[in-house]
Amino acid sequence: MDITEVPVSQTEKAKKKKNKKPKSKRANEEGSGEGSGVEVKEEDVKMEKSEAGASFPPTFSVSEIKNKQRRHLMFMKFKQEKRKQKLQLKKKKKKERDALGDKAPPKEVPKTIENQRVYDETTVDPEDEEIAFDEGTDEFSTYFNGLTNPKVLITTSDRPRGRTVRFCEQLATVIPNAYVYYRRGLALKRVIPQCVARNFTYLIVVNEDRKVPNGLVLCHLPDGPTAHFKVSSVRLRKEMKRRGKDPTEHTPEVILNNFTTRLGHSIGRMFAALFPQDPQFVGRQVATFHNQRDFVFFRFHRYIFKNEKKVGIQELGPRFTLKLRSLQKGTFDSKFGEYEWVLKRHEMDACRRKFQL
Amino acid sequence: MCSRLALKVWREDSSEPVTELDVGKNVCRMRQSPAHRHKVATGGKDNNLKIWDLQKPEKPVFTAKNLRDDWLDLKRPHWVRDMAFIPDSDKVVTCTGYHQVHVYDPASPQRRPVLEAEYGEYPLTALSLPADGNTVVVGNTHGHIALLDLRKGLVRGCLKGLAGGVRALQCHPSQPVVASCGLDRFLRIHSLEDRKLQHKVYLKSRLNCVLLSSKDLEEVGGARGEAGSQEVKEEGEGEEDEVWDTMECVEERQKRKTTEEVTDGELKEKKKKKKGQD
Repeated sequence: MDITEVPVSQTEKAKKKKNKKPKSKRANEEGSGEGSGVEVKEEDVKMEKSEAGASFPPTFSVSEIKNKQRRHLMFMKFKQEKRKQKLQLKKKKKKERDALGDKAPPKEVPKTIENQRVYDETTVDPEDEEIAFDEGTDEFSTYFNGLTNPKVLITTSDRPRGRTVRFCEQLATVIPNAYVYYRRGLALKRVIPQCVARNFTYLIVVNEDRKVPNGLVLCHLPDGPTAHFKVSSVRLRKEMKRRGKDPTEHTPEVILNNFTTRLGHSIGRMFAALFPQDPQFVGRQVATFHNQRDFVFFRFHRYIFKNEKKVGIQELGPRFTLKLRSLQKGTFDSKFGEYEWVLKRHEMDACRRKFQL
Repeated sequence: MCSRLALKVWREDSSEPVTELDVGKNVCRMRQSPAHRHKVATGGKDNNLKIWDLQKPEKPVFTAKNLRDDWLDLKRPHWVRDMAFIPDSDKVVTCTGYHQVHVYDPASPQRRPVLEAEYGEYPLTALSLPADGNTVVVGNTHGHIALLDLRKGLVRGCLKGLAGGVRALQCHPSQPVVASCGLDRFLRIHSLEDRKLQHKVYLKSRLNCVLLSSKDLEEVGGARGEAGSQEVKEEGEGEEDEVWDTMECVEERQKRKTTEEVTDGELKEKKKKKKGQD
């Protein structure tokens, strides 16, 4: 940067640099050796902005300039210089790399938040017997042993608006054996025993706020856990670009990505139990729940294998993202229920590299 | 042992109950007084606190009265979740499912609570008394653990860290530490003075109960380390007293209740690992 060329003794020059505009400054730089007498007068005039004090530190930061326009211009210059240096460095490295040829050291992997994730001790080990036993006896064991088939009831909060209604209808096409019912102001605690009596296994309640769905309560029915999610970024079928035709009645396959911790495992099982266990590969449809950074992304695709290595996919169906807010043991009971996990923002979101799911 | 309707007392060697008491329905908790071994307190949903003397099983020694009706003249709902006997006195402190903490004094003529305090908006599920009197530690279903002062009923501070509902709390008899376990599958040890988390152990199932034992759990080698840490040992279900043993009395909710037996060696290892990672 320009500053580095200024030696400490030339304190006045440095102060002057702060105050002058870039053009005139450049002129000053070039003529830094001579003509100092002329500039001294100018800098006397413009002294009011600079700091008093005999010893001026050689480094100065752009933020000390009080004039916003000049500061902005100085900052832009600073950034351009930095960019130029970065490009030069890159070129140099590339040259060295090419020169070394095969003996070049491997490329460094850039650090991402997922790379730097804090090790979570609750990560599930696939061979863990205790967890296997736990999962063999929890609420989803009947589903995973093939004893029950999922039957899903989808409803909304009271008086839903158009977008939410369409979202529920599209969800019902995506999830096989799903029924949409209009919520006529009924209390969920009364709805749940009725559902149990009619052999439903899941209850989904889509909550709406300002004409847009923003929450989802997923309740496993006989007496199972209730998960409450925040829904964001809902795209209905109309809004999807390059989408295929409507999904057929075939049961889709399910892909669950990246649910590594114990909590993630339970949530993954909850999602898996929404769909029947035997997918119909004829339909070539797949529903994906991808977890990244504690957000679960839902996508629904149709795939076709063009040859052994290439697959074409078409996105159909709605897409949305979910973030888990709480997991409650037992059916929906927000006042007296016991929570297995509650999102506490100030405690859990403090570290950017620590994730719960 | 307490079941839905009856409290049974068993002797260590016999298989038949020695005494049976009818304690009313929906009992959630039963605790034995550490000072007087024959005094037992029970309480549950819509079932007020009753203190029984096991030698006179017909009537409770003390029955608590419900709070006054509210301004609409409706009966106040009450749900006693946990109770504890305050040492050196006759008083009993209880916590309810309606986020209240009550202190009852059987010696005083009034059967209503002597002190009433509230904390949070969620049911309080666990309670424990630290070694120094005048404070009580309570935990609720959201994972909030608070220290309440019993002189005025104010909140002294909260212990942070739990993400799931608190199932059991246990304070150490001499050191100012408290162990908590809950549905988030972690056992945590907090210090009471500065309310910081000292240790955290991942135990893979949902925890139901924690007890501190003063004896060694297993005779595993001699190289133990400091005597101080030997005091704090966690075990699953206590085996000492047959009457003291039952923590869960009511079977109304079917859950997979599993408790963890953590051996001392494992615990130390895990503590070391935690210290390294934290």
